[in-house]
Amino acid sequence: MKKILLILKREYLTRVKKKSFIIMTIIGPLLMAAVMIIPLYIAQKSDECKEIAVIDETYQFVNSLPNTESVHFTYLNEDLTSAKTNLPKTKYYAILHIPGISFYSPSAMRIYSVHQPSLSVKLYIDGAIKKIIEEKKLENSGIDKVLLASTKANIDITTIKLNDNGEEKESSTSVATGLGMFSGILIYFFIFLFGSQVMRGVIEEKTSRIVEVIISSVKPFQLMMGKIIGVALVGLTQFLLWIVLTFFIFTIAKSSFPDKFTQKQTTQSFDNKRISSITELQVQEKTNNQEESEMDQMVKSIKSINFGVMIGAFLFFFLFGYLLYAALFAAVGSAVDSEADTQQFMLPITIPLIFAIVMSQFIINNPDGPVAFWLSIIPLTSPVIMMIRIPFGVPWQEIILSFGLLILGFWGATWLASKIYRTGILMYGKKISYKELWKWLTYKS
Amino acid sequence: MNLFVAKNISKRFANHTALDNVSIEVPENHIFGLLGPNGAGKTTLIRIINQITGPDEGELFLNGELLNPSHTSIIGYLPEERGLYKKMKVGEQSLYLAQLKGISKTDALKKLRYWFEKFELESWWNKKVEELSKGMQQKIQFIVTILHEPKLLIFDEPFSGFDPINANLLRDEILNLKKNGATIIFSTHNMSSVEELCDDIALINKSKKILEGNVNEIRREYKSNTFEIEFANTNCDLKSQLNGKFNVIDQVVVNDYTLAKIKIDKSASSNDLIQAVLPYGNIHSFKEIIPSMNDVFISKVGLDELNQKS
Repeated sequence: MKKILLILKREYLTRVKKKSFIIMTIIGPLLMAAVMIIPLYIAQKSDECKEIAVIDETYQFVNSLPNTESVHFTYLNEDLTSAKTNLPKTKYYAILHIPGISFYSPSAMRIYSVHQPSLSVKLYIDGAIKKIIEEKKLENSGIDKVLLASTKANIDITTIKLNDNGEEKESSTSVATGLGMFSGILIYFFIFLFGSQVMRGVIEEKTSRIVEVIISSVKPFQLMMGKIIGVALVGLTQFLLWIVLTFFIFTIAKSSFPDKFTQKQTTQSFDNKRISSITELQVQEKTNNQEESEMDQMVKSIKSINFGVMIGAFLFFFLFGYLLYAALFAAVGSAVDSEADTQQFMLPITIPLIFAIVMSQFIINNPDGPVAFWLSIIPLTSPVIMMIRIPFGVPWQEIILSFGLLILGFWGATWLASKIYRTGILMYGKKISYKELWKWLTYKS
Repeated sequence: MNLFVAKNISKRFANHTALDNVSIEVPENHIFGLLGPNGAGKTTLIRIINQITGPDEGELFLNGELLNPSHTSIIGYLPEERGLYKKMKVGEQSLYLAQLKGISKTDALKKLRYWFEKFELESWWNKKVEELSKGMQQKIQFIVTILHEPKLLIFDEPFSGFDPINANLLRDEILNLKKNGATIIFSTHNMSSVEELCDDIALINKSKKILEGNVNEIRREYKSNTFEIEFANTNCDLKSQLNGKFNVIDQVVVNDYTLAKIKIDKSASSNDLIQAVLPYGNIHSFKEIIPSMNDVFISKVGLDELNQKS
């Protein structure tokens, strides 16, 4: 036991002290923070106002296209030809030409610009014109706007889960999907990233030939387990540092430009209101209420997920899923002479993992189906699939069964791996086949 | 007393037998040579002694006890395929390997300081192993092997990779270890080092032990009563003069000296030979040809191959 601790300590410290670990630890959260902050920043930057010149031959749209912070309409009394020729010299981003017949044939409208106009600008103009034409048409048909607005129904049925005791809980499919996918993919990456580190460690020991010195002092199994657990701790350390650092960076960013985070939201809702401002105040209030209740519902459904089970299960699958695969990765590392030779043995390890990720789309659609059930029970896929299913609610018997089988799977994989490992690490310069591996399993210790 | 005994060891792999009923006895404080051609099974035997693999049959005893995992701390092993963690610092690594053998950190540091000083390696303590020359890496590996003052040392081809100066240094250290009470199992192809160092040997060929015993006794046993006489004159013709008990195998003239190899009958002694040749020249030197371990090795292994073929 003392020797396993020594090995574990070495495996942990040499990895944590590596430059690449420190760089990854710092860059990881920076990247994550960047992914969150940069789009906001860019959105802020590119909010320069685009001047659109409008040549309206119908005179129906004059001063009625709503301006925003990013799009501003100016109505010109020029003819189209001169406006077009002058366009590159003017401040205008584009010319919106509305010919006389447009009211009945909107496809006659054109946007002229020097550069390809951005999609958001084009969509905005499309939407604004559509709204005005629709309203005019309604008006012409004598339909009351208020009446029409009151007939619109906004449907988002609240889903409620019943448990065995008849208690009701509001739930949200989208929250469950997001949470499930996130934790499933996290486990997938963790297994691959750190499983292959174990494999590389084994290959390093084998190719540098130090392994023979070490196993004259400790049992091969101790060396293998020390390495696997050491690397697991490296992974957990990195993971923890990422969470702490991301939170830290995000907090700093938030406090140093608080306006950027809030302003964006207000402008957006401002835009929404502007567009809907044509409808009556009454209706607007209603939608506001609805938005509020949506938020409320989101909070409720997040609360409805049992985070005790979620976090407990996540840690369990995270750890045992990794342990199972790391043992197999170690076995592969022991059977080859260099990383380039790992391909043929990697396949049976990577296929179940990749299969689990591919299947996750289907599992989300039917989280209680037989495919979902079996994949979340079989140890090779269960760490990923069960995590995807848990937010949707899984009977505790199934979770226990999955736990139990995963522990059994881990035990079996370790047994198998240690048999291959103890023979493999002493085999040099031999191309190993599956048949050979099978023989190793039958050798006496 | 024997420090280490292996009794009837057999080890089979899927399609070949690596060791077939091999027994060795290593007396305490002796240097024991484990000889044999490539692929004979030496490394397998050494790995079994180190408990890296187990035998299919047979028993091993160290210090009178059945070999068990607690013995790893009194065995030191220098494998033929040497290696260290390339990216790890020299000092850190030596400390780690010493601790794996069960020495405390403070104890290991003290001993490492002594040995690093002795081998003039102090300035390399904080360097990475990959920055060291091959010879220096070998020295560090040697230090790590003996640091925990093992009772039984196993050196597999210890001289490979050393230049003559460092090989000498190493040989002196090995003799020093013996003087300090260690027992050494020593596997090599280098027969002159066997003559220099080993007290006893076992010769393994094709997974079987074919010869064992004290080095000097074996050599004497394999001598063929052949003598080499050097005459200070060039005009003697022994071949035509000597007969009967004396058989002149060879006679050549080298640099004004006549060199003759003469095999004598068992009934004759070396004095008889001297008397017989005295009339024919000035004897400059006279010695018995004792076969080198190299000769023993070649003749024994060659004979073994012949026997197996027939």
